[in-house]
Amino acid sequence: MATTSPDIATGRLAPDQYAANFSDIHPPLGDHEALVEADRCYFCYDAPCVKACPTSIDIPLFIRQILTGNPIGSAETILSQNILGGMCARVCPTETLCEEACVREEAEGKPVKIGLLQRYATDVLMDETGEQPFPRAAATGKRVAVVGGGPAGLSAAHRLAMHGHDVVIYDAREKAGGLNEYGIAAYKAPDGFAQAEVEFVLSIGGITVEHGKALGRDIALSELSQAYDAVFLGMGLAGVNALALDGEDLPGAMDAVGYIADLRQAADLSTLPVGGRVVVIGGGMTAVDVAVQSKRLGAKEVTMVYRRGPEKMGASRYEQELAATNGVVIRHYAKPARLLVENGHVAGVEFEETAEREGRLIGTGATFTLPADMVFKAIGQTLVPAALNSSAAAIVLEGGKIRVDDERRTSLPGVWAGGDCAATGEDLTVAAVADGRIAAESIHRALSA
Amino acid sequence: MANLASNFVGIKSPNPFWLASAPPTDKAYNVVRAFKEGWGGVVWKTLGTDPPVVNVSGPRYGAIHAGDRRLIGLNNIELITDRPLEINLREIKEVKRDWPDRALVVSLMVPCEEHYWKDILAKVEDTGCDGVELNFGCPHGMSERGMGAAVGQVPEYVEMVTRWCKQHTRMPVIVKLTPNISDVRQPARAAHRGGADAVSLINTVNSIIGVDIDTFSPLPSIDGKGSHGGYCGPAVKPIALNMTAEIARDRETRGLPISGIGGITTWRDAVEFMALGAGNVQVCTAAMTYGFRIVKDMITGLSEYMDRHGFTSVDEITGRAVGNVTDWQYLNLNYVAKAKIDQDLCIKCGRCHIACEDTSHQAITAMVDGKRHFEVIDAECVGCNLCVNVCPVENCITMEEMVGGVDPRTGIAVTGDYANWTTHPNNPMAKPAVVVEPAE
Repeated sequence: MATTSPDIATGRLAPDQYAANFSDIHPPLGDHEALVEADRCYFCYDAPCVKACPTSIDIPLFIRQILTGNPIGSAETILSQNILGGMCARVCPTETLCEEACVREEAEGKPVKIGLLQRYATDVLMDETGEQPFPRAAATGKRVAVVGGGPAGLSAAHRLAMHGHDVVIYDAREKAGGLNEYGIAAYKAPDGFAQAEVEFVLSIGGITVEHGKALGRDIALSELSQAYDAVFLGMGLAGVNALALDGEDLPGAMDAVGYIADLRQAADLSTLPVGGRVVVIGGGMTAVDVAVQSKRLGAKEVTMVYRRGPEKMGASRYEQELAATNGVVIRHYAKPARLLVENGHVAGVEFEETAEREGRLIGTGATFTLPADMVFKAIGQTLVPAALNSSAAAIVLEGGKIRVDDERRTSLPGVWAGGDCAATGEDLTVAAVADGRIAAESIHRALSA
Repeated sequence: MANLASNFVGIKSPNPFWLASAPPTDKAYNVVRAFKEGWGGVVWKTLGTDPPVVNVSGPRYGAIHAGDRRLIGLNNIELITDRPLEINLREIKEVKRDWPDRALVVSLMVPCEEHYWKDILAKVEDTGCDGVELNFGCPHGMSERGMGAAVGQVPEYVEMVTRWCKQHTRMPVIVKLTPNISDVRQPARAAHRGGADAVSLINTVNSIIGVDIDTFSPLPSIDGKGSHGGYCGPAVKPIALNMTAEIARDRETRGLPISGIGGITTWRDAVEFMALGAGNVQVCTAAMTYGFRIVKDMITGLSEYMDRHGFTSVDEITGRAVGNVTDWQYLNLNYVAKAKIDQDLCIKCGRCHIACEDTSHQAITAMVDGKRHFEVIDAECVGCNLCVNVCPVENCITMEEMVGGVDPRTGIAVTGDYANWTTHPNNPMAKPAVVVEPAE
């Protein structure tokens, strides 16, 4: 069983190992590789990859533009639909989106590497010119408040600025970027790409960012509604689901989202403590991100435990394989029953095995125990309705998130929402970007009417 | 293993694959390497008079590429051999002595005066080589000096020089034709009249391979300037096939041996040229792209093919398709074919649909019952074959002949009877009733 003092330590690795472990997980394509890969695209009619992209990027066109030696044009094709196309190229689960739909997947089981090609084109633009390719329309004199400077908010702000509106982004944190800056795994967007992209988005002009302004704490929705011509809510999910077990507030019981944020902001990863034995509870992207990053920080044993089978996991098959190849053990069909505590510190988790009976999950009564120095909760995040403060009663929620229509309009007049805080489908960066753009177009129509 | 032995106008070689007169056959070193890999013969790079020509010291070649930089067309501004005649003759003699079973033909190009030809023929004959090929084809450089294509474009000159050569040598004379002419049958007939043992074709096609769109120099660029060059490689194959067939089915030149040249890259290409009348084939660009080793596949591929068809001699392939080349007016207008998409092979790229929808006959669906589904609408399909050509999956779309029934597009019964344009009611020149297939 666990030792009396938990094995939590910093600097488990040789100094140069950190850089290696947290460098680009998918090295970018070189010019030659990009041309060879671009050549594989069939330029499909009504291409399935475009349909599978939440932001509907004209993928065959941007790939053709790479092929003809027009990478800047290619980047503009991408960014015209998805201003965060650079980040999406890095973090999109392409294996369940565009690349799953690629006809080459059906033809030979090897889709065109759309994500890497998208990264190639956007990198060329960022590296060669770095210039904002989209001009602003003449000023409209309209002002829009955007709550949250994450993917949804940045996307909405950029599109609104393009249309000539003035935008103020209120962001709760020190830096804009949202989960791009604080959430996703470090090896997916190294070298400060998230901030570079924020600067790129803001370079269109007409967007002001108010840092450290959280809805419900520093600003109120009712005030924004009065002060601005329109409001877009894109503040994400601030709440973290609890295990509802005794001891989860004790040292050693960690919230995965907070830990990843610390990791992303750490100037020196060797100063970040990590457990020798790590247990991650959950089966989504965040669970994989925290499990793999723990392993790469030097944890000796990392076990992910998920209550259902692999096909139900929120993490894609690729992500599951990534965890496995990084030495993470994934255990299915078990749910946490009890946190083991020693000397005021979490020392392990007792799990109950589960089974599905007619679609319902039941505990079988059989248990096992995993000793742990750190236990990560990664079982989802939630909207904190209180943050909507006085409006919480009026804005209609659906499944714990803000209900929106096709145009991302909420139940409140003049208030739109998108990204993870809105009930629009999958919680993906690319889906948030789509929400932001769709909402911005709707706002623009409303303000132009 | 079929017997690939070839006897082309009395010149024997272990297989019908020769290297064409070009850079790969400029020196003994290259030719010996080719023979070691198994090439049946070579046509030595064109000899001229001394002092030898000089070549540019900048780029001589330009190329166009298909996907993945696969070279499909090459152009060059290289001239005939730039080595002294004496050295070439000595090497030819040595190589022929060392490789007696291989064909060694020497390409020639000298000014259009009889004594030049008489003189060089005597020297070449002394090497013991198997024959000569008259280079009436090079479209660049030499043509400015009244040689090469400048001769090949004037049938009277072709006939005259051929006649001189036949008078002054006992060796077989092959006349190499230029494609840079409106009717290739004219110089072929002229060569025939002059007594040529054979023609070889095609030489390269006059071309500018490209333009540097930053410096605006034609390519290949010599100090910012470019000149037209000779185009060859897979891209010219269809032009060469047609010219081969035109000569093979012409009343005057029918039966005149043809050495097929033009983009031959595989044994399949070779079989096509032979089927259209070539007795053997010559290769250059494929060797320049991949090296001499490709001949191994050519040899085994041809052998397998011959075994499959029960051919015991390469001569059995020669001309097999010539009778099937006809004029458009004799094509059977009652033949009806419809495209058919194999749904199991279809990867749903939709290229057939958009090609048909945008540019042809709106005969392929994109959506059926709300699902992405590509299917031919027989009532619209004219059988044009465009969908087959643009489909990325081999054999996914095929053209199926209609046998019996009614063509849903025209409402006309498919009877299987032959009828062509010469008797069609829409033809103002239609001849009454009797249907005549051309004799050739």
